[in-house]
Amino acid sequence: MRYLLRRVQRLAIVLAAVTLVTFLLVNVLPGDVAYEMAGINSSEEEVQEIREDLGLNRPVLVRYWDWVTGVFTGDWGQSFVNKEDVWETIVHRFPVSFELMLLAQLMALAMAVPAGMICAFRPDSTADKIIGGIAFASVSMPSFMSGILLIYFFSLNLGWLPATGYEPLSEGLWANLKPMLLPALSLALVEWTILMRTLRAEMISVLQEDYISLARAKGMSNFRILLGHALRPSSFTMLTILGLQVARLLGGTVIIEQIFGIPGIGRLLIHAVFTRDYIVIQGCVTFFALVFVAANFLVDVAYAWLDPRVRNERLSHG
Amino acid sequence: MADLTSQGTAGKTPDTTDAHEAALLAYARKKKLSPFLYLPVAWLVFVILLAVFAPWLGLWPADEIDWVALRVPPGANEAHPLGTDHLGRDMLSRLIYGARVSLTVGFAAPAIGVGFGMVLGMAAGYWRGWIDEVVGIAIDSWLAIPGLVILLLFALVFGGSLFMVCFSLGLLFIPTAARITRAATMKFANREFVLAARALGASDLRILVREILPNVIWPLIAFILIDIPIAIVIEGALSFLGLSVKAPTPSWGGIIAEGREYLETAPWISLIPTAVMFTTVLSFNLVGDAIRRRMADVRESQV
Repeated sequence: MRYLLRRVQRLAIVLAAVTLVTFLLVNVLPGDVAYEMAGINSSEEEVQEIREDLGLNRPVLVRYWDWVTGVFTGDWGQSFVNKEDVWETIVHRFPVSFELMLLAQLMALAMAVPAGMICAFRPDSTADKIIGGIAFASVSMPSFMSGILLIYFFSLNLGWLPATGYEPLSEGLWANLKPMLLPALSLALVEWTILMRTLRAEMISVLQEDYISLARAKGMSNFRILLGHALRPSSFTMLTILGLQVARLLGGTVIIEQIFGIPGIGRLLIHAVFTRDYIVIQGCVTFFALVFVAANFLVDVAYAWLDPRVRNERLSHG
Repeated sequence: MADLTSQGTAGKTPDTTDAHEAALLAYARKKKLSPFLYLPVAWLVFVILLAVFAPWLGLWPADEIDWVALRVPPGANEAHPLGTDHLGRDMLSRLIYGARVSLTVGFAAPAIGVGFGMVLGMAAGYWRGWIDEVVGIAIDSWLAIPGLVILLLFALVFGGSLFMVCFSLGLLFIPTAARITRAATMKFANREFVLAARALGASDLRILVREILPNVIWPLIAFILIDIPIAIVIEGALSFLGLSVKAPTPSWGGIIAEGREYLETAPWISLIPTAVMFTTVLSFNLVGDAIRRRMADVRESQV
C-alpha cells in the first residue's frame, strides 16, 4: 500500500509539473488570441475588452491556478475559436484516437509475439536473422512514410482500402474498421520491433531456466513449452514497454490522423496549434499526460497480477 | 530507447562458458559483418559529401521554378534527372538541399541533448540527495509529455529556424541521456580511483571531469549513435507537418508532405524522398549498431 501511495504522489507531482510547463509555454506563444478574435480592423479598446472577457489580463500564475481548480470540477474551459467546451470536445474525440491506438497496439503484438518467439527459440538461426533484418528495416521507416506507402499501394494501386476518412461505429463494425486498418498498421509497423526485441531478449534467458529443461525432459512439445511455460515469464519487460509506448503512440496519432483524415484528438491538437487556441492545446496536453500516467499505473498493476513475487517483493520493500 | 537496444544486443551474445569460443564467435561475427557494412557507409559518405558541397555542384537553385517542366517524371528530361515537383522545382536539387537540413539536425540535436543530459545526470548521480530528487522529477515530467507535443509547442513559440529545430529536438534527448549518465556515474562514484583522487584533495569538479567523465562518456557515445537516425526521423515528421524549417527551404519530410496531394498523378514527388530518407536512416542504424557492438566487444575484452 505504501508503495502505491508513493507512486500516486509521484504521479501527482508529474502532472502538476507537466501542466505548469505547458501553461507557461503556451502563454508565451507569439500572436495574441485577443487580436485575432477582434479582427484586423479593431481598436485597441476592443482588443482590451476581449482580453478582459477571457481573463487574459491577469498574471499567468493566477490564471494557472484558476484553470487547475477548474479542471478538478470538470470545467476545462471553452475554446477561444468556436466556444465549444474543451472537456466535451476531448471526450468526444478521444474514443476515435483510442480505437486507433488500440488497433495499432494489437497489430504490433500480433506481429511481435510470434516473431519474438521464433527468434528466441533458435537465436542466430536463419529465421532469427531474417526477422531481425526486417525489424531493422521496419524501425528505419517512420509512420508517416509507411503511411504514404500504404496509401500508395493499398488505396491507389490496389484499391482495397480507403485512403482517408472515418466512419462511426454506428455504421457497422466493418465500415468502422475499414478506414482504420491502414493508419493502425502504419503505427504498428514501427512499434512491433521494440516489442519483438524485448520479448526475444527476455525469452532467450527464460528458455535457459531449469523448469524449461524439466518440461523438455518430460517430452513436452516445443510449441507447448514456448506458449505455455516461457511466454508468461518472458513478457514482463514487454508489458512495461507497452505502457511506455502509449506516449509514443499518442504522438504518432497526431501525424497519422493528419495523413488519414481521422477526426481524433491528434487532429484536434494540430488544429488548435495552428489556430493558437491555447486553452484547447492546454486541455489536450493535460489529457495526453493523464492517459500516459494512467497507462503506466495500469502496467504496474498488471505486473503484480502477472507475478505475485513482484507484488510481495515491492510491498516488503515499500 | 537506449536501454532497450542494449538489452537486445545483450540477448544476442550467446551464453557460452568457454571464453575462447565466445571470442572466436565475436571475431567471426565481426568478420561477417564488415562486407555488409560497405554499402551503408558508402551511402552515408555519398549523402554527406553531396550535402556539404551542394552549392558547388552546379545544381538548379532549390526553389527555382521551371515553368516549362511541371511534374516531369524522373528520367524524362535531361535537365532534371530525378524529375520535377508540382511547381516545376528540380527534385535532385531539393533532395540534396533537404539532406543539409536532415543531417544538421541529425548530428546537432543528439549532441545538444547529450550535452545537457550529461551535466544533469552527473550532478544527480554524484551528489545524490535533493539534486537527484529534483532531476528525477523533472525527467519524469519531461517524459510524461509526448515528444511531439513538446516539439509542436516549441515550433510555434520559437519559430522555424534551423537552430531552434535542433535545439528543441535536442531537448527530447535530455531525459534518457541524463538517466544513462546518472546510472553510470553512480556506478563509478564510489570506485577506488575516485576515492583515491578525493583523498589526494581533488575538488568535486576535478573528480567529475577527470575521473568520472572519461568513464561515463562511452555509453553516451553509443546513445548518440542511436539518436542520429531518430533525430532525422523526428525532423522528417515535423517538416511533414509543416513545423520544421520554413516553407521554401526544402526538407525531406516537407517534400514528402507536398507530394501527398499528387500521389496518384506524380507519385515520385513523395516516393523518391521517402526512399532516400529510408536508405539514409537505415544506413545510420546499421552503422551505429555495428560500431556499438564493436565498442561493447572492446570494452568486454578489457575487463
